[in-house]
Amino acid sequence: MAFVVPKETYNGKVCEVEIGTGPRAVKIGGEAALPFLAFEGAVPNKPAIAYEVQDVPPDDWPQTLQDVYKDVSADPAKWAKHCQDELGAQMIALRLIGTHPDRQNRAAEDAAKTVKDVLAAIDVPLIILGSNNAEKDAQVLKSACDAASGRNCLIGKAQEANYKTVVASAMASGHKLIAMSDLDVNLAKQLNILITQMGFDKDKIVTDPMSSALGYGIEYTYSVMERIRAAALFQNDQTMAPPMVNDVGMYVWKVKETMAPEADQPSWGPVADRGIGWEATTAMGFLMAGSDLLIMRHPKAVDTVVTMIDGLV
Amino acid sequence: MLIIGERINVITKAQRQAMQDRDKGPIQEMAINQVESGAGMLDINIGPAEDKGDELMDWIVKTVQEVAHVPLCLDTTNPLAMEAGLKAHDNSWGRAMINSASGEEERLNVMMPLAGKYNSLIIGLTLNKQGIPALAEDRCAIAAEIMGKAVECGVPMEDIYLDPLIMPVPFSQEKSLESIRAIRMFKELNDPAMKTVVGLSNISNGAPKTLRPLLNRVYTALLMYEGLDSAIIDPLEREMVEVIKTVDILMGKTLYAHSYLEM
Repeated sequence: MAFVVPKETYNGKVCEVEIGTGPRAVKIGGEAALPFLAFEGAVPNKPAIAYEVQDVPPDDWPQTLQDVYKDVSADPAKWAKHCQDELGAQMIALRLIGTHPDRQNRAAEDAAKTVKDVLAAIDVPLIILGSNNAEKDAQVLKSACDAASGRNCLIGKAQEANYKTVVASAMASGHKLIAMSDLDVNLAKQLNILITQMGFDKDKIVTDPMSSALGYGIEYTYSVMERIRAAALFQNDQTMAPPMVNDVGMYVWKVKETMAPEADQPSWGPVADRGIGWEATTAMGFLMAGSDLLIMRHPKAVDTVVTMIDGLV
Repeated sequence: MLIIGERINVITKAQRQAMQDRDKGPIQEMAINQVESGAGMLDINIGPAEDKGDELMDWIVKTVQEVAHVPLCLDTTNPLAMEAGLKAHDNSWGRAMINSASGEEERLNVMMPLAGKYNSLIIGLTLNKQGIPALAEDRCAIAAEIMGKAVECGVPMEDIYLDPLIMPVPFSQEKSLESIRAIRMFKELNDPAMKTVVGLSNISNGAPKTLRPLLNRVYTALLMYEGLDSAIIDPLEREMVEVIKTVDILMGKTLYAHSYLEM
């Protein structure tokens, strides 16, 4: 008897979300099967990767990572253009970390100017991220949304504490939205419901389950992502159908394995390789859990993950 | 659980009038209200429709799907009208359901081939010429006949929705438990489990008006516990829909969120 490949059947599919404008716009999501199981259902888009750039020089990044961008990181527009032109970035994620009250506390208007400068320098899609201070993000993201009007950006992150303002801003300027909840599948669903009840189209939401680094809670993120995806595909739960984004770099490049010098940890091998491996491995884990979009920092880690994606699709 | 909205029905005066006058307004309004209230499918009951039933079914299917983007459950005993409805049905939002075949030979021989021909879902009522068997075991025997006919017509088992038939509790109290038992037994007739459906409101026929919603709701919860897949109900009864959504949560069929009732 001939071998028949056992196939799972699915009742729902992930929403497809387009980010950016023009020929370099990127579509994410749309899959009707679990990750990399294209023989079971349509998988119209590969997972996408965005390079992270920041509005202020990344003084807090490990030195090996700072060195990669040392010639461009003083100017966000230059940095973004470098990622697009030299590194082949498919998308850019601009993190307005300098607006955080505990950092440079930059004003919302200054952040808006940075957004404009970056947008003028690139034609790939832009993700605009606040500093993860819910209160300040509400102001900063409003100005950023206005500044980016017409470019169909992905704005983040709307959280329980500030979603009303962030949703209103994204809606007014026609952007897509990242909705993030604290590593809890039921809260993720609740936030999506609240956002759609404001009149925001569910097809414009991207879910951030809240990421974590390998060795530092990745299994929690993984399991929340699995449950979100299972709700979308098996239970056809429309509120859980948005594609998922993982903010990988910010969680990886602060753990000790990416920073500890070889002198302190001789058995761990060269610190530069370690960081790259840590970021790539963390990202791969998220892809297996159903990630549609990764925000990453190191070009070599990105290349490794791209090789994996191309090998599996 | 799939809610099949029952309100587009020739029995109610306003809907009957609209069907006769080919007046889209009241029918489309009822369709939209039901979908917004939680119906995932709409029953379209045009009755026996002996005179120009095919024309009426064609018109009403198109009329409803113009505004309600859900599949329809076509409810008529007229085979010509049934076929016209299946032809007119837009499958973009899911396949049509035939309501219904049964163990009665003539009906089974007419309706089951239509399900095969149009690749539609079909309800199998477990009754025959002698009526509704008292015992769940005997309803299973009729289910087996329906399933046999389906195999003959190329209709997959997962496209059949077996209906144990609900009897009014005021007149035959012992039957309410028997229908619950039948749901459990139907599920075991095949692997994967057979799907099931009921016309729910019959449970409270003959009971005082004030009691009917309560009887309907509690009985629905009991049937759902045994794995009921779908029910033909009035989705405009808010509390009934709330019970269904809540049982789905408690049984792990949908993911909990504080606002689950609003979705």
